Amino acid sequence: MRIALFVTCLADTMFPAAAKATVLLLERLGHEVVFPEGQTCCGQMHINTGYQKDALPLVRRHVRTFAPYDVVVAPSGSCVGSVRHQHAMVARSAGDEGLAARAEDVASRTYELSELLVDVLGVEDVGAYYPHRVTYHPTCHSLRMIRVGDKPQRLLRQVRGLELVELDAADQCCGFGGTFALKNADTSTAMLADKMRHVLDTKAEVCVAGDSSCLMHIGGGLSRLDAGVRTVHLAEILAATEAAT
Amino acid sequence: MTTFLGMPTTAPRGVGNLRGDESFPAAAHKALGNAQLRRNLGHATATIRAKSGAVIGELPDWQELRTAGSALKADTMARLPELLLQLEENVTAAGGVVHWAADANEANRIVAELVRATGENRVIKVKSMATQEIGLNEALEAAGIEPVETDLAELIVQLGHDKPSHILVPAIHRNRSEIREIFLREMPGVDPALTDEPVILAGAARRYLRETFLSTRVAVSGANFAVAETGTLAVLESEGNGRMCLTLPETLITVMGVEKLVPTWQDLEVFLQLLPRASTGERMNPYTSMWTGVTPGDGPQNFHLVLLDNGRSAVLADEVGRQALHCIRCSACLNVCPVYERTGGHAYGSVYPGPIGAVLSPQLTGVEDNASLPYASSLCGACFDACPVKIDIPSILVHLRNEVPHPRTEKALMRAAAYTMDHPKLYEAAQHAAKLSKVAGRRLPPPLSGWTASRDLPEPPSETFRDWWAKR
Repeated sequence: MRIALFVTCLADTMFPAAAKATVLLLERLGHEVVFPEGQTCCGQMHINTGYQKDALPLVRRHVRTFAPYDVVVAPSGSCVGSVRHQHAMVARSAGDEGLAARAEDVASRTYELSELLVDVLGVEDVGAYYPHRVTYHPTCHSLRMIRVGDKPQRLLRQVRGLELVELDAADQCCGFGGTFALKNADTSTAMLADKMRHVLDTKAEVCVAGDSSCLMHIGGGLSRLDAGVRTVHLAEILAATEAAT
Repeated sequence: MTTFLGMPTTAPRGVGNLRGDESFPAAAHKALGNAQLRRNLGHATATIRAKSGAVIGELPDWQELRTAGSALKADTMARLPELLLQLEENVTAAGGVVHWAADANEANRIVAELVRATGENRVIKVKSMATQEIGLNEALEAAGIEPVETDLAELIVQLGHDKPSHILVPAIHRNRSEIREIFLREMPGVDPALTDEPVILAGAARRYLRETFLSTRVAVSGANFAVAETGTLAVLESEGNGRMCLTLPETLITVMGVEKLVPTWQDLEVFLQLLPRASTGERMNPYTSMWTGVTPGDGPQNFHLVLLDNGRSAVLADEVGRQALHCIRCSACLNVCPVYERTGGHAYGSVYPGPIGAVLSPQLTGVEDNASLPYASSLCGACFDACPVKIDIPSILVHLRNEVPHPRTEKALMRAAAYTMDHPKLYEAAQHAAKLSKVAGRRLPPPLSGWTASRDLPEPPSETFRDWWAKR
């Protein structure tokens, strides 16, 4: 299958390992990955901070960039959530029905990584090997905006050598929330403190999630505490193989 | 020919409890430092969540009930003017008197005058959000009338000279030893040997209130629902104090927000299932009192209904925001909110805290008076999933953020960011600049200082994804 990668601005700039892993994983599974030129950012930060009008050109750019592809994948539940639940709304608020319709069309072909693997490609065992104790944080937008359900856990359970440990209060937000982490830094930190406590309670070496943004938040807190737990994107674990270690 | 009467007005300043003294982040900062509050809230919200989750899980048709509740409220809002007139007609026909209050000042004046006309100087009150919203207690006290709260938690708040911090559990921020101290200090005739056993504390409140119930001739209540078709009012409660207030006095005055309406009697079937399970985690609330006007020889012989707008018409005028009027005040969104659980209700500055407060208060007052509230959420979406009438709170929050006056620097930064993102060459240049500037580490200037106060920023990678892709 020919799959277009929507890399997301955060993974592109700060967490390329997650994006590279997405490419290598899909290629290993026998698919062709293309990287449409001209893609930048889905505009979610602007939309969620109250700058919807400024986001309109970004929505237009995203729709134009990805319209030619049958299947689009992103290593982020949050960015897929924005594409699916916000792009048409932004277009419609600006009175552009044509763009709204095209945005809905692109959204209907856009998948978060675990959705693509399980729902579209029909695989749960991707042949990965990752000999570590791991706990999974289901990010809010993956869980409640695009409803990935237990697909990430189903994928993780098939990974050889991986010990998956349940995270207490897993469905509670880590406190990132985009600009929320800056505008309400104290409350965000209080939420993070509880998330980190639960992560540490699992005694896992690795905290995995499907969003680099939430991982940057949890990882930033754990790093500040020198807690000895790494944050790793789901794609990186699924891309890891015995041959590579 | 039509006459333009002007846009509906928002709730007036200087009266009521919809505006805080400081912004949410400032108030939250103080609350977060209160370890006792954090413990009380964490325990209380976790308990209610578990209880509610269990009884909701018993219903195979919970999702269908939510859909029905949402549809009924949407229909009600679409026909609100005609339904309100129908309610007025039916209440009047049953012997009640209907008053229309445009705002808090008018409602307070109407109630104070009605009480004064009875010659009484004390009223007993059923727990009511509408009267808290308009500051009725303060207005009555100013008019020389003593309001006595009869809901146990509201009584704790009133005796403690405090403010409610939760819609359903107004004293959720207090634990039993604090309640014991308040009773010992403030409750007339309290036993000095009072312990902090819940049953002993409830017994003390019961003895104090019983005398008041039997000797007070005017009651003030709110309403959970009003049925347009029959003119019936309904109050749902757990303690029986409401039933006492609604049946013992000679005069009953009910203050109700105009959005509490349902079209028909049958519609209550849906809401009476949704509300208790979502709010107290009960299959059915212990007391459901319903009354239609006046029944000769039975219950209050004078009944007044005050219909309150106080900004609700302005909310109704907003296509996205009007969903907030569907709220049945169950507090499920508070109990699941990770922000509320840590800051408590007082940080929101309004009698409506939590996620619903963050969308309702700014709309009732106008967003400029509650500009920080639409941002008091990480948009995690737990509130939307928990809402028994499916109010899409995250979408309303995002919508309201567009209407808030933005700080000048932020506006410039956001505009520059959007421009950069819409020009791939500039975007790539910015990526490389970020790498060179070494925007990482432990202490950065604003606006990133909020981040680095408690979190590290990662080192930028040696190459971006697109650099890697280009080299393949």
